[in-house]
Amino acid sequence: MDRRSFVSAMAALPVLVSPAAWAVSRVQPTAYGNLLVLIELKGGNDGLNTVVPYADEAYYALRPRLAIARDEVLQLDERTGLHPALKPLLDLWREGELAIVQGLGYPSANLSHFRSIEIWDTASRADEYLTQGWLSRAFAAVPTPRSFAADAVVVGSHDLGPVAGTGGRVIALADTERFLRESRLAKPVRHAGSAALRHIMSVERDIAQAASGFGASHVFRTEFPRTPFGNAVRTASQVIAARAGVAVVKVSLNGFDTHSNQAGSHARLLKDLAEGLASLRHAMEELGRWDSTLVMTYAEFGRRPRQNMSGGTDHGTANAHFVAGGRVKGGLYGAAPNLDRLDGAGNPPFAVDFRELYATVLERWWGMEASGVLQGRHKPLELLRG
Amino acid sequence: MQALLVVDRKSGGPLLLNLLIACLWVIWGGAANAAPMGAAEARHLLVRTGFFAPPAEVEAYAALDRTAAVERLLAQVRAEPVTRPAEVLDRWTPRSQFRAWPEEERRAWLRRTIQQGQDLRGWWFGEMLVTPSPFTERMTLFWHSHFVSSLQKVRPTRLMYRQNLLLRKHALGNFRELLHAIARDPAMIVYLDNASNRKGQPNENFARELMELFTLGEGRFSEQDVKEAARAFTGWGIDGETGEFLFRAGVHDEGPKTVLGRGGILDGREVIDLLLDQPQTAETIVRKLWREFVSPTPDAREVARIAADLRGADYDIRIAVRALLTSNAFYAEANRASLVKSPVELLVGTLRQFKFEVGDPFPFVVMSRQLGQDLMAPPNVKGWVGGEAWINAGTLLTRKRILERLFRSVEPRGASMMSDGGAPRMVAEAANAAPPPGRFQQAMQEVWFNEAAWAAELRGADASSLARVLLPATPVHAVAGSPDRIALVRQLTLDPVYQLK
Repeated sequence: MDRRSFVSAMAALPVLVSPAAWAVSRVQPTAYGNLLVLIELKGGNDGLNTVVPYADEAYYALRPRLAIARDEVLQLDERTGLHPALKPLLDLWREGELAIVQGLGYPSANLSHFRSIEIWDTASRADEYLTQGWLSRAFAAVPTPRSFAADAVVVGSHDLGPVAGTGGRVIALADTERFLRESRLAKPVRHAGSAALRHIMSVERDIAQAASGFGASHVFRTEFPRTPFGNAVRTASQVIAARAGVAVVKVSLNGFDTHSNQAGSHARLLKDLAEGLASLRHAMEELGRWDSTLVMTYAEFGRRPRQNMSGGTDHGTANAHFVAGGRVKGGLYGAAPNLDRLDGAGNPPFAVDFRELYATVLERWWGMEASGVLQGRHKPLELLRG
Repeated sequence: MQALLVVDRKSGGPLLLNLLIACLWVIWGGAANAAPMGAAEARHLLVRTGFFAPPAEVEAYAALDRTAAVERLLAQVRAEPVTRPAEVLDRWTPRSQFRAWPEEERRAWLRRTIQQGQDLRGWWFGEMLVTPSPFTERMTLFWHSHFVSSLQKVRPTRLMYRQNLLLRKHALGNFRELLHAIARDPAMIVYLDNASNRKGQPNENFARELMELFTLGEGRFSEQDVKEAARAFTGWGIDGETGEFLFRAGVHDEGPKTVLGRGGILDGREVIDLLLDQPQTAETIVRKLWREFVSPTPDAREVARIAADLRGADYDIRIAVRALLTSNAFYAEANRASLVKSPVELLVGTLRQFKFEVGDPFPFVVMSRQLGQDLMAPPNVKGWVGGEAWINAGTLLTRKRILERLFRSVEPRGASMMSDGGAPRMVAEAANAAPPPGRFQQAMQEVWFNEAAWAAELRGADASSLARVLLPATPVHAVAGSPDRIALVRQLTLDPVYQLK
C-alpha cells in the first residue's frame, strides 16, 4: 500500500485520531491560542526600498533613479530607515512592537516566482519539491484543538500557499458574512468513494465546522483602509473576532512584481501595507488579542539591488520582512544586505535562512518542536518577549 | 463479459473487483473491445473526453465497441476552430510604431490589450460552447497546461491566439512536430524569455523548462545540460515588426555543445530531436495523458508500454490516446468518478448539458478564473495542478454557488443570476481584470436555461435515470420524495458527485 492509499484508507475510517496526532499528544501543550497572521507580499517586494540602507553609498550607486533620498527616509538608526510611505508603522516601531528581519533568504536562491514561493510555502530546500505547506505539516504534527473552527483561514484567495495540502482544515473566504450564507451549500455526511470524493466530503465537513464557529459580525471601532487590502484585513479581523478558534489567518497584497516604473506603484503598495497593518493592530487591541497575535510578512524573493533600464527592479534574493505583535521585541534583526558582495546575477548573499523565522513561530510562538516540521534544525530568532 | 462485470460490481468489494479486472485483463485481453460498449461506457467516454454526454451521442456510441467508439471520437477532431475572434485580436502593433508613441498612448494600448485579453478568453470559451468536437478542446486545453504561456506575461492577444491555433492544429497530431513548432512559437519565446537568449548572455529559462516540464521530467538532466542547451537556442527570437519568429544569426552561439552526453550539437532543432530520442519524454506525455483522462494514479508498467508505442510510432499522439481510451483501466469501475472536473469542464459541461443559451461568454471566463482556471493564463509554467487541488473550501462553495444560481430560476429569462447582488461582486473580485462595468450583468441577462429544449431531449427520464445521466456515481445525498424536475436538477448538480467525472 503506498502512502497515498494508506492516507485515503485512514481517512475513510470514521472518527479516528491519526497516528501522528496520537504520537505527539503527549508533547507539551502547544499554544495555538497564539495567533499567526501572515501577510504575503505577492510578486516579490523590493526589500531594499522598504528597509533602506541609507548610509550605504553602494545603494545610491546601484539605484540612481530609484533610491530613496537620505532626507526622505524615515530613519530608524544611523544606517537604516524605512520608505516614507511606511509612516503608519512608526508608532509600532517606537513602541518596540515591530521587528525587522533583514537578509532573509536561502541557499541556491531560485529567481522564478512560482518556484521560489513554493520553496517559501513548503519550507523546502531549493533542490527539493514538497507539496505540503509548512504550516500544514505543523498541523499534521500537532493538531489544533478539535473545538477550533479551522486551522487556518485564507482571505481573498483560493491559493492556499503555506496551508495547502493534506494536514489542515483550511477555509478560504472573501468575507465572513458571505461565507456564512454560502456554507449551507455544504452538507457534510460520511461517504465512501474515490479519493477525490472523499476529499470533497472532507472539505464540506471543514466548511460546516468553520461556519458553526463564525458568528455574527463584530462591530469594530477601528477604521480599516478602503482598499482591497484594507477589506482583507477587515475580514481577517472579523474571523478573529468570532473567537471560534483559528491558528493562522493569511491575507495577501498583490502587485509587488515591479519590473518597470516602480517608484510610484511601490510607494502606493507600501502605504497600503502600512495602513492595513496599523489597522490590524488597532483591531486586535480592540479585541484584546494584540498580545496573542504575531503578524509576519513574507514574499517569494526580494529584488535586484541594481535598478533596471525600465525604472524598475528584477527578481532578486535576500529580503527584509516585518514581524509585529504585542509580544514582539522590536528592533533590527539579521543583517543589512552587503551590496559590495553581489553574486553573478547581481544579488547579495542572504544573512538569515527563512526557516529560522519559521522555527521562531513553531518553537517560540507555539512551543512545538520545529525540526520535524522543517526537516532539520533551524535556530529560532529571539525576537519575542518571554 | 459486460454482464459479468455488472454482476460483480454488485457483489464484490473494490479489492475483489480489482482482482477480477486483473484476471479479465490477462484472460480475455482485448475481448472487451469487440462488444458494444453500452450506454454507461459511452457516457463515461464522452464525459471524460469532452465536457458532457449528449443523449443522442450516448445512443450512437453505445452501439459501438470500444475501438470503434474511439475511432468515431478521433474522426470528429478538428485542426481549426469553428469560430473566429474579432479581427482586432489578431492584429500586431509593430515595435517601431509602439516606440514612436508618447507614454500616454502606450498606456492606452496596454489598457486596450488587457481588455482584448478578456475577449480572447471569451472567444475560446465560446468555441468550447459550440464546437462539434469537444475532444479537440480538451486536448487543446491539455497542451495549454503543458506548453504554458500566459497573457499575464505575453500581452499581445495575437501571440496567444496564434499559439492556441498551433496547439489545436497539433492537438491530436504529432508530438515531434508540436514540440518543434512550440520552440519557435512567438508566445512561448516571450513567455520563457528566449527573446533575450543571446550568445555570451544565455537565458536558460526555455532550455530548463523544455527539459524539466515539456520532455524529460525533473532530475533527468544536469545543470550543465541546461546551460549547453540554452546556448543552442540563442538567437531564436521574434521580429518586433511582424510578431513572427525570427532567427538572429548574429546572436546565435555557433560553438559546439554537449547535451545529455551527445557532443557536437549546433542548434535547438538537434536538441529537440535528442530529447525526443529519450524514452522519458514519451513517458512524461503518456503519464500526463493518463492523469488527464484515466485516473490520478498512472500505472507505471502500462505507461512504459504505451510510451514505447508512442515513440515507435514517431510520436503520433493518436497512438497513445487510442491505447488509453480503449484500455481496461479507462473503463474500470475503480477509476470511475475518480477525477475532479476542472472549472472549465464544470462550466462548459453544465451549460452544454442543460442547453443554456449564452450570448457573451465573459461571465464564465470570470467564474472560471475565480475557480482557479484563468484561461490563457495558467498560474505558472507548470500549468494547472488539477485533480483534488481544484477543490478547497473556497472553490467548492464558489462552484456550488454558481450552479445554484444557474438553476435558481427557470424564468423569467435572465433572472437566474441577478438576485442578491452576486453578479457585481463576482466582477469586483476578478483579479487583474478591468471589465467595463455592467458587462457581467448584461451578459448574464442573456444566459437562459432552456428547460423545455433540455427536457424534450430527455424524453421523460425518471429520477434515477436522470442521476445516471448527470452523475458518474451514485449521489451522496439520496433523492428524497418526488421533486419536480427542476428541483431534482438542483439537487443533483449540488451533489458532491457532480464535481467528479
